[in-house]
Amino acid sequence: MVISRDILKAILLLVIVVILAWAFFSGENPATYYPVPLLKSTCPPGFKLNKNNECIAKNLYNQYATTNKAGVGGLKSALPEIRDGFSPQQIDLGRYLFFDPALSVDQTISCATCHDPNKGLSDGLATSMGIDGQRLKRAAPSLYNVGYLKKLFWDGRATTLEEQMLEPLFSKEEMGNSPDNLLSTINGIENYRKLFAEAFPTRDGDQPILLHEITRSLTAFQSSLISLNSKYDQYAHGYDGALNKNEIEGLNIFRSFVARCAECHTPPLFTNQQFAVIGSPEPDGVPLDPGAEVTYKDKSLRGAFKVPSLRNIAQTAPYMHSGRFKTLRETVQFYTDGRGHAVPEGENLLIHWHIWEPNLTDYELDRLVDFLKTLTDESFKPKVPEVLPSGLHISS
Amino acid sequence: MNKKSPYKKIIASVLLLGIGVFIGKSFFGPKSVETVPIPSTMRYRNVGHTNDTTRVASSEEFNGKIIEVKNGSSIQNAVKESKPGDLIRVYPGTYTENVYIDKDNISLQGVVINGEWPTLDGKKEINDAFLYSGNGILIENFKIINYKGNGIMGQAGNNFIIRNNWIIDTGVYGIFPQYGKNGLVEHNVLSKIADAAIYVGMCDNVDVRHNEVFDNVAGIEIENSRHCLVENNYAHNNTGGLLAFVTPGLPIKTTFDVILRNNFVVNNNHENFGAPGSTVAGIPPGTGILIMAADDVIVENNIITGNNNTGITIVDLATGDPKANDPNSEGNPDRVVILDNIMFNNGNAPTGEIKAIMLAQMDSKGPDIFAYGGGTGSTIRDKNRYRTFGLDHYGTAQITDTKDVLTMMTPSPVPPRSVSKEELGELTYYGVCAGCHAFGTRLIGPPTDIIQAIHNGNPQGIVDYITAPKNLREGYPEMPPQDYLSDEAKMAVAEYILALKP
Repeated sequence: MVISRDILKAILLLVIVVILAWAFFSGENPATYYPVPLLKSTCPPGFKLNKNNECIAKNLYNQYATTNKAGVGGLKSALPEIRDGFSPQQIDLGRYLFFDPALSVDQTISCATCHDPNKGLSDGLATSMGIDGQRLKRAAPSLYNVGYLKKLFWDGRATTLEEQMLEPLFSKEEMGNSPDNLLSTINGIENYRKLFAEAFPTRDGDQPILLHEITRSLTAFQSSLISLNSKYDQYAHGYDGALNKNEIEGLNIFRSFVARCAECHTPPLFTNQQFAVIGSPEPDGVPLDPGAEVTYKDKSLRGAFKVPSLRNIAQTAPYMHSGRFKTLRETVQFYTDGRGHAVPEGENLLIHWHIWEPNLTDYELDRLVDFLKTLTDESFKPKVPEVLPSGLHISS
Repeated sequence: MNKKSPYKKIIASVLLLGIGVFIGKSFFGPKSVETVPIPSTMRYRNVGHTNDTTRVASSEEFNGKIIEVKNGSSIQNAVKESKPGDLIRVYPGTYTENVYIDKDNISLQGVVINGEWPTLDGKKEINDAFLYSGNGILIENFKIINYKGNGIMGQAGNNFIIRNNWIIDTGVYGIFPQYGKNGLVEHNVLSKIADAAIYVGMCDNVDVRHNEVFDNVAGIEIENSRHCLVENNYAHNNTGGLLAFVTPGLPIKTTFDVILRNNFVVNNNHENFGAPGSTVAGIPPGTGILIMAADDVIVENNIITGNNNTGITIVDLATGDPKANDPNSEGNPDRVVILDNIMFNNGNAPTGEIKAIMLAQMDSKGPDIFAYGGGTGSTIRDKNRYRTFGLDHYGTAQITDTKDVLTMMTPSPVPPRSVSKEELGELTYYGVCAGCHAFGTRLIGPPTDIIQAIHNGNPQGIVDYITAPKNLREGYPEMPPQDYLSDEAKMAVAEYILALKP
């Protein structure tokens, strides 16, 4: 009886020790049994995760009826369709790739070099810089709300982000890479092999990372860059107090048929996504950029560019396709200086009918600038990764 | 003795008469100034009634507040004060302001007294008289003069009514609803507009009826819009009377299903004073009706006379409008239908290309109907009645009239998108809050589950907090107030947050 009690005690002690040890060590090394999730399993702000592990865009503009597919109209109008439905893992993987200079041939520049979250997802330059300090021909557009756009590049030569990004990746002037070199670089980084396995769970783990997986991830990330919570938006959703007197005056000038800004920079995206020939000047000594004439092989589109969104415009000086104007004030001034006043001699451009002579006063131009500044919202600014899978330093 | 003096009788009867006249005047005489203070909201045919009845139903009962604006005060201040459903009545006087309406269901009604109109006078300094973006806007009985941009412009805004307005020289357009669905523009009189007096742009389901437009560059223009009825209007002495267009380069690409019916389109010979570069600057004076690239346009029972270039011109974009091409615009007018119209005395002094083309035909007059360029499927009911050019490929119309189409407006108002409370909470949470709060992890503010724990069962606590945050949780930045959210949205998001599961 006594003996058995001692045995029982010993067994109990042993059980306790085993349980404690299990509890202690189990926290330490599940990695040997399960891969540690390295990518976020939650959606970025502005998106809700559904049951299929897809991030679906949710914002206050979803409360408005869609009366036209183009997503144009007034204050309480629905947005155009967005590209969403990416998994949180693909979006997060895209974020790592976006900031990683490993994507360029000499590992010096990343997407974020020209689309820097601290510069409104643009670069603050008149025209961007590629590898070896090469100066490009056009300005880098902000990527906020790019998931809503149906045409990409200033001249609209791409219709999807996947198609668009092949150019900067593989252009000699921009990131200078080649598909083979990019794939061998990324496949050579063990971290990326893990991350792609996680972001694309149905793929065969031994299969090398493919180009379309890279472009899909980058597309997923870029489509998640949302800016729809500016002071203007607060006003649009019904809060009168969001804009002060000067800003409201600016809004009314913006949408009046004298200045006609809102005719092309249509809310809620502040672009109607059309081409327009406005005849804005190039920097001194630079020949006229033919714009969409080249894309469509159509002379009538000479000097035509896609109407850019004005969201976060105050964060992305200088302005126009080649950065000719340093300030918003100079830019709005352009529109009142006369139809075709800056068209080079010998050029016969079919200037857009909304470019006319509105004779805006200095007071009105100042108010327009006041209003444009209310389109700033970086509350969903993406986080720069602290460490990159390639081990390279963030280059921006 | 009791004989009354006849004088007394006479005095009494005069007195009685006087009293009678007084009473009569007070009861039946012209009343001072009151009119019925109810907005004449949109009316709809009662579903189920047959077409031969004129019975209609108001879209909704009026139960709003009435705000009166008298001379010397501001219409905009009244708009500011107003809430959806209210009626703003504006009394005679001169109002020099830009009125913008970014709310739904506001009625603005001028009160005309003894021929004195409430007048918005822009003095050629102010851009627009009325700008609206809300749904259910009504604007009636105003005189609008001397603006630089527009008399009345809508940007989005469904279920609009613009009527009984008298608009003179308001710049580029007189009445310009844009991006609206279901609207009525009627009984307006517009003149001296440098582009289109009435311009229906990128809209759907709009009736334009009983308006008089004269001395403008374009009288009535239906552009990149579908399902429009232009009826019983009097368009005279414009450069061009009635227009149905596709303009390339706009986000909405088509014009179709337009009926031009029972209009007077007379003597539209005004010189063209359109701004250089504008589409209408290319319209030759003497143009009665111009159909450019629009499809399924029916021209019926109009009186089209005295237009010196042509009665009706039908062209494609390539011919009519030298602009930058739009790869997504289809530029041919297809399936135009010309039914019976009264046409004579058109083409007396053709100009430009039409003159040249007609001279080549050994004809010094312009035709009643002129068609040029691409387009298929067009028909005409009785070609022999008119002098025509370019209609050789037109077949015989398959219809004789459009009498079954009483209106192009929708049978009931375009409903707003209805968002449930839960949905509004969800949109607000993911669209706004998620920038700083997430479930189970700290972004900028505390995690959502912590908020749940603090305010468990008390959504009002969250509402109060986000309206005026007063925090002070160590190591956390102060939350900016979310007072711009509507009370409804604040409560919805508070309840949504408390119900959220990981």
